[in-house]
Amino acid sequence: MREQAGRSMESSIYAFVKRYSWRQQLIILGMSAVLLPLNYVTLELPKTIVNRALGENATPHYMGYNFDRLNLLWLLCGLFLAAVVVSGGLKYIVNVYAGIVSERMLRRLRYQLYEHMLRFPLAQFRRTSQGEIVQMINAETEPLGGFVAEAVSTPGLQGGTLLTTLVFIFVQNPILGMAAIALYPLQIYLIPKLQRQVNQLGKLRVQQVRRNAERISETVQGARDIHANDGTRYERARMAQQLGEVFWIRFDIYKKKFLIKFLNNFMAQFGPFLFYSVGGYLVLQGSITLGALVAIVSAHKDISAPWKELLAFYQGAYDVKIKYEQVVTQFMPPDLRRASRLDGDANERLKIETNLKVSKLSLQDENGDVLLENIDLEVELPTRLAVIGPAGSGKEDLILTLAGLHVPTTGKVTIGGRDLEELPEAVLGRAIGFIGSQPYIFAGTIYRNLVYGLMHEPVAPRPNVDEEAYKRDLSESRLSGNTTLDVEADWLGFDELGLTKPAQRRAEVMRALDLALLSDDVYRLGLRGRVGKALSPESVERILEARRLVEERLNQDPKLRRLIERFDQDRYNDNATLAENLLFGTLRGDDFDADHLTQYPYVLETLARTGLDKELMSVGLKIAETMVELFADLPPDHDYYRQFSFIAADDLPYYRALVSRAQPGRLDKLRRADQERLLMLPFKLVETRHRLGLLTEDLKAKVVAARHDFREHLPERLIDRVDFFDPDRLNEASSVQDNIIFGRIALGQAGAQQRIGQLIADIIDELELKPFIIEIGLEAQVGVSGSRLPVAQRQKLAIARAILKRPEMLIVADATGPLDIGEQPQVRDNILKEFEGRTVVWALHQHEWARDFEHVAVMDHGRLRAFGGYDEVMAKIEGPSAAPTGEAANDRADELGNANQSDAAPVAEAADRASHAAEEGEPGGSTQSGEKTSGTARAADSKEQRRREGVPASPAE
Amino acid sequence: MSLQRDVEVLRGVPLFAKIEPAKLKLLAFTSEHIEFLDGEDICKEGELGDAAYILLDGKALVQVLTEQGRVTVATVKKNDIVGEIAILCDVPRTATVTADGRVMALRISKDGFFHLVQQFPQVAVEVMHELAARLHQTTQQLIQSAAGKAASRS
Repeated sequence: MREQAGRSMESSIYAFVKRYSWRQQLIILGMSAVLLPLNYVTLELPKTIVNRALGENATPHYMGYNFDRLNLLWLLCGLFLAAVVVSGGLKYIVNVYAGIVSERMLRRLRYQLYEHMLRFPLAQFRRTSQGEIVQMINAETEPLGGFVAEAVSTPGLQGGTLLTTLVFIFVQNPILGMAAIALYPLQIYLIPKLQRQVNQLGKLRVQQVRRNAERISETVQGARDIHANDGTRYERARMAQQLGEVFWIRFDIYKKKFLIKFLNNFMAQFGPFLFYSVGGYLVLQGSITLGALVAIVSAHKDISAPWKELLAFYQGAYDVKIKYEQVVTQFMPPDLRRASRLDGDANERLKIETNLKVSKLSLQDENGDVLLENIDLEVELPTRLAVIGPAGSGKEDLILTLAGLHVPTTGKVTIGGRDLEELPEAVLGRAIGFIGSQPYIFAGTIYRNLVYGLMHEPVAPRPNVDEEAYKRDLSESRLSGNTTLDVEADWLGFDELGLTKPAQRRAEVMRALDLALLSDDVYRLGLRGRVGKALSPESVERILEARRLVEERLNQDPKLRRLIERFDQDRYNDNATLAENLLFGTLRGDDFDADHLTQYPYVLETLARTGLDKELMSVGLKIAETMVELFADLPPDHDYYRQFSFIAADDLPYYRALVSRAQPGRLDKLRRADQERLLMLPFKLVETRHRLGLLTEDLKAKVVAARHDFREHLPERLIDRVDFFDPDRLNEASSVQDNIIFGRIALGQAGAQQRIGQLIADIIDELELKPFIIEIGLEAQVGVSGSRLPVAQRQKLAIARAILKRPEMLIVADATGPLDIGEQPQVRDNILKEFEGRTVVWALHQHEWARDFEHVAVMDHGRLRAFGGYDEVMAKIEGPSAAPTGEAANDRADELGNANQSDAAPVAEAADRASHAAEEGEPGGSTQSGEKTSGTARAADSKEQRRREGVPASPAE
Repeated sequence: MSLQRDVEVLRGVPLFAKIEPAKLKLLAFTSEHIEFLDGEDICKEGELGDAAYILLDGKALVQVLTEQGRVTVATVKKNDIVGEIAILCDVPRTATVTADGRVMALRISKDGFFHLVQQFPQVAVEVMHELAARLHQTTQQLIQSAAGKAASRS
């Protein structure tokens, strides 16, 4: 694969096909060539059967032998059957083989595109949209695969057939041969041209239809005003005109489309016309025999089919060629990074020592705008280097270049004499750690994301490997030019860090979490995580112990008691789902979901027996109505479906139809399937959370009654499936927290989460359960691009990831920005302390922080404005611009708006503060606001500081 | 249905007044009801807020810390909104709001509000209009106040 990535992509699809599949193409061609005579035989034999075995004047001999007619019939039929079977079987093989070839080529092409994408300079991702890239790799390559399968065989076979027949005709008579192909040039010229026009018109039609759609929706939205202004006549006229447009386009399409058809037919028939006229003339003249003419006419019939195929192929090939070129050009930007970036020697190690040297470094973006200009800088390593400057000063670009992520336009960056540009990622990406602002978090668990920095290559083969299947996958990968690295293998490079034992690894992960102040967050996720089955008896015992302690504390403190609704056999729990209330437990199994409850006939029976079904069905209908209304405009992938909806996005159309069809009073008239779909909905209802006001006291009482009935009659086979709430046992499907409190935290009680959280935290500390719960939390899913984690947690996760990786040099963009103001300094200190003795380069927002760095580089408009120790540099840049800028004043004004409308600090005081701020801040003017972010940050910071210290923002007048 | 009532309450808030009822319903559905007992803080001065509260029932005192201690500067009652700036940007609370007697409030989280704005840009535009109008109003006040001061100094 190494050399694979080194190659650039073929510039045309033919070159691509030739390079990677010429052998396979020959095989396809060969097999197809064998098929031809077989096909011929299957056409020929029926004729022979009729003529020789059945016909009036039949002569029952075949291949030189004489038979009696019946035997000949059997023989010929047998041969026919054999020919059909063999040719069918061969066709099957050819098709499958061609399919495999095209799929391999497609896989190779997609993989190559993906690999090229990984070599894009980061700027390229700004030039091309994500959607475009996805579309190109996935969808636009699709037709190319189909083409590959017939790239050689179609022109080869159809062309061959055509040619043979033509030769036959020419041999009979050259003049008639000329006649047969007389119109071909015209056809080749004319038909594609017309076809292109038809395609153009088709596009036009689509546009027009879209315009119609706009008009219609405008009418829908503006209905009120159309009526109020008596605009219906005008709107109708406009609509009529637009429909007319579509009509005329269609009219043109029909004319051209059928002209093509006419021409094709005409040209096909023009041959026979010439044969009969010219040929007839020749026969009458005696130049050729009648037999030959008949043979030519029937031969001509055989060439029209391959000719059509060839024409179609020719047209298709043109499209495919263009498409391929379009896609490939997109993936070969001029500044594509060298293939050796991805595949260079991984065994090399970059020593972060002697010095970091930036010489004559300039960087331009894709528009030629200068981001960095002529920067020279040298520091001895290891060191701490702070880069400061306002936003847009180039400090982020500088550190990205230091991390080897930006390619310098001119100049270079060297570490210990090694040019970063020359080093493969296998070396750079391990020696250098990078924490950016807005780091990307990958879908999966928190743990996966934490160890992402260690997953450079497989360190141990996958366990329990199915040799057969694995070998097959591997050889297929090779045949398609894909990498042979096994994604299922163990990729965790802990050994490299000297962490060989599970306990050491665990401890290190915990330490990284602690340093990034992420432990508490993960702990909370752990509390929300499911207990699952895989708990040691000891852990179970300790959670139950925690449960007992909670009960004790609750009994001591009635105020706390109010915040938890515990599970009680005889009471409806308003903070649990209706399903949990009915079962007084949960269903065992990994995918327990209230949705599945109606799949159990026994559940339905219980509902029917207790008379709950009708009521729940009408509750279900009301829920469906509300959901259909609430989620009408949300796109199907919106997170709200997961968080809030009773109905999955895919099912929404079904329920929409159901809601409009169902009549509230007569739900029993619905089909059974519909009834069950309605019954499903209330099961997820949590009264205090959803506030739909659908659960009456009466209904709740009935559910509790049904609960007892459910348990009493529970059939043998279901006993193991239901996990009842039991004070002395854990519930697998519930979260750790719910298991500890044996109930639910009451929703809608101020501070309930915090206070109960505190209670649990105390007890967990007492029992030393915290690491165990953090480990459950590490398995929490973070959602697509980490969407389930708040921004601050994503940032901390990236910090922990960088710490765990233990790079020799850490490069940090404003990594603490999204964190809580109170946590920022601590995280910074933790990082600096952790990297004591190693190199840290940090682009800082807060200038004061630079005090802790040996070197400070001040960036301004892409240039290095000052460089040196903190005091030295500050002396150079501080001065007239020390006063807060206009933005600080705006900030205050904001505060005023805030106070004015809401938090209601005394309006007068706030106005006073704001006006004062405006006075002292005005000279800078708001025009600078864009560039002076750092000034703002500082101002905001000091504002915050004053607030914390309780000092009023402005001295009393 | 209490959801419907929440929507009515939301419509009474200037910031949300011009948003379509259907979207408000979604906002209401993704918000939660919170009960505060007498003396419990709805928000605390100086803390970073992540939600706005609309009082559905009861009243609350708005207090700020001064050198003389806590001073009540205003009272908020049913259908008033507190702390809505918190759902628009990260600023510390400028006052403490404490329940005076039992208070029921609708809690609108920053996330919920952002989701709504992200999904429906027209909502963002409406909110922007409202904010710009407020900013304009505030600027006017500032100018007047500054002019007044300048006049009194000279």
